[in-house]
Amino acid sequence: MPTVDSLGDLQLQTALQLLKQAGREVVIDAAPGSTPWLQAVVDALCELSSRDALTGLANRRQFELIIAREIDRVARAGEPALVLMADIDHFKVVNDTHGHPAGDQVLKAVAAALQDCVRPMDTVARYGGEEFAIILPNCPPAFGQTVCERIRAKVERRVVNVAPGTDVQVTISIGGAYAPQWVRSSATLWVERADRQLYRAKTEGRNRACLEQAAVYQVSAEEKGMLFGTSQFQDIE
Amino acid sequence: MTAPTPLTDLTARPAAPASGRRARTIAVTSGKGGVGKTFVSANLAAALARRGERVLVLDADLGLANLDVVLNLHPKITLHDVFTGKCELEEAILPAPGGFSVLLAGSGLVEYSRLTSDIREQLLAIIEKMKPRFDCILLDTGAGISDVVLFAVSLADEVLVVATPEPTSMTDAYATIKVLAMQQGRRIIKLLVNQVGRLGEGRTIRGQLQQVIDRYVSPLLTAPEGPLKLELVGEVPADTAVREAILKRQLLMESLPGCSAAKAIGLLADKLLA
Repeated sequence: MPTVDSLGDLQLQTALQLLKQAGREVVIDAAPGSTPWLQAVVDALCELSSRDALTGLANRRQFELIIAREIDRVARAGEPALVLMADIDHFKVVNDTHGHPAGDQVLKAVAAALQDCVRPMDTVARYGGEEFAIILPNCPPAFGQTVCERIRAKVERRVVNVAPGTDVQVTISIGGAYAPQWVRSSATLWVERADRQLYRAKTEGRNRACLEQAAVYQVSAEEKGMLFGTSQFQDIE
Repeated sequence: MTAPTPLTDLTARPAAPASGRRARTIAVTSGKGGVGKTFVSANLAAALARRGERVLVLDADLGLANLDVVLNLHPKITLHDVFTGKCELEEAILPAPGGFSVLLAGSGLVEYSRLTSDIREQLLAIIEKMKPRFDCILLDTGAGISDVVLFAVSLADEVLVVATPEPTSMTDAYATIKVLAMQQGRRIIKLLVNQVGRLGEGRTIRGQLQQVIDRYVSPLLTAPEGPLKLELVGEVPADTAVREAILKRQLLMESLPGCSAAKAIGLLADKLLA
């Protein structure tokens, strides 16, 4: 561990302590105080400030950054991108019945389950409390429901052993919306739309996923068939 | 959520407000490129001008301006200069052959192929500023369903989709119509069928598109606006004169006003003014 004396006027004690406490001590083959070493400290701090301390997922700040970037990308590339908002059902009951440490364990288990269900390019974030947000870039409309169901089922199957002899099982409600490809879109609007679907999933009985009906840019084979009269609906004139 | 463009059917002209008339705005769009959007915009503008309308064509195809090519204009001042504050809006409004005015984007706008909110606000402000000065503003949009195109279309009261009888054009026009109905709440969309092989083909194509819309699009639309109606406003026959005029970089309405395609554009203008 470098001493602060070696760093001239820089006051890095707090930063280094923070990294140590988070288990992210800077291990780099460079002299403390050297530019590469300082860069490593800064990188580690950035990494730390983008993570949720409990679950290790992206935190709210990181989520805002990534969703803003995704909005820009979608506007440019026109790719379908999905955002999901997920909320653990009746989480308060877990806390009330088994205590907050148990609640924390459940949060961690659900976080891990969510992370297991998505691709490396996707971002799973802890949005706040027992609410999670997932950004899925380049997710074709047909896959939205599949990934939601995978997440829902995985969380439902997960048994969390919160104390000897005490297992907790929770379910999750999910709402999703595709990137706003129409005009004057914003990250806020996108999240709100997913949130509305989450609300719908909750009111429809929880432990389910509701996706906003995606605006389908693609023209299906059925539609083409009808358009060109190769289907049964031929007579138009 | 931002409210979609109001969906007034402006086929019938609204009564002039006390403060004076304001231009109706029509977005000319298509799913597929190369179906004659810019050709239609320019010649329709000329036909409307000939009927006494004060017409402005705005090049809303922000990165890929072609209107200057069709009109054989070499503007020194474009929207780009207005956006960057180098010139006043007035200076960028140019007289075009055919008796109408144009606002060209200029190739400098390529960098705006990504819509920033700043560009959106500026375009919106420009159109609002122009409304009291014209009877009709045509927005010549780009091809496809990019957000630039959707935004440009959202600025207009009415939408005119240009399609040809080619299957690819019809498919792309259908996709555009679908998106406009679902995302902008459009319930009336005008259709012009360009390059028809025989008269009546436009009617057939409208029927085909309407049938698929009735089955696959309208059921997804929420009340109370009701189902989506595609309104055929014209059909332009495939005519070698069109190619000739384009190669000469002249307006068809000017160079060959008697040809069948020019007459069809005239009928389109009549229909829009009816």
